[in-house]
Amino acid sequence: MLKKYRNDLLIIGIILIFAVFLILIINLVRKPGSYVVVIYDSKEVAKYDLNIDQTIILNYQNDDQNILEIKNKKAKIIEANCPDKLCVKNFGAISKEGESIVCLPHKIVIKIVGPNKEIDVVS
Amino acid sequence: MNKHLKKIAILAIIIVISLLFSYLDSLIIIPLPIPGLKMGLANIMVVYTLYKLNIKDAIIVSFIRLILAGILFGSIVSFLYGLVGAILSLTLMIILKKLTSLKMLTISIIGAIMHNIGQILVAVILMNTAEIALYLPLLIITGIISGLAVGILSRLLFEYTKKINLGLD
Repeated sequence: MLKKYRNDLLIIGIILIFAVFLILIINLVRKPGSYVVVIYDSKEVAKYDLNIDQTIILNYQNDDQNILEIKNKKAKIIEANCPDKLCVKNFGAISKEGESIVCLPHKIVIKIVGPNKEIDVVS
Repeated sequence: MNKHLKKIAILAIIIVISLLFSYLDSLIIIPLPIPGLKMGLANIMVVYTLYKLNIKDAIIVSFIRLILAGILFGSIVSFLYGLVGAILSLTLMIILKKLTSLKMLTISIIGAIMHNIGQILVAVILMNTAEIALYLPLLIITGIISGLAVGILSRLLFEYTKKINLGLD
């Protein structure tokens, strides 16, 4: 019985181990970030310091609104008026470099970046 | 009855069922931090067709379903996501089915994983954010789970309809 499925179990097992290994590596390599970057429609529109606690209302298109909260070096969307509210419900707080929160209906991506990136004065 | 007509009718039924599954897919929201993550129930009919009928029909079912689902309850963007996923998934499933003795379940799982990889590719390009690729390991695991569910269901359907002769051979 088990022999019949040996190759199948082997392949799925290898894929699973590979995925778990990748998750571990990604979590180990990630450093705590310094800034929160807001990307609207693939363009960077704003940048906030993770060390300063603040609440920001993001509004780039019509009545679309997401409320971004920065607290204890973590960023989080606490409120949104999009239909699915996935960005509020499904994403927790983010704090590490490269982590992001995506709001597809509003075309907004919130991303954590490291300290080395230059601070954009315009935004 | 004309074989050709019979085949069109059978494919039409399969496509309609897969459309229903697509709709069901869009209703089920999975509580994970990945936007647009779906169960992929529509692929039940693709895997089923691949085994019950043939490769060509599986491709037909997959693409007509994508186009119709896009028109009925999707957008150009969601069509694009589905298209790249479907091309990758179908290609690998067909190759593996032809060249290896892997079971239906395994092939379904690999198909689901390829679907997810395709959608990550589109997301990286469309949103111009390479970091989305970091979701890959998580999406491989969800792919294994949804692929297993899809595989079990299409296998059940396959076994259940085994005795039915479609009269196409």
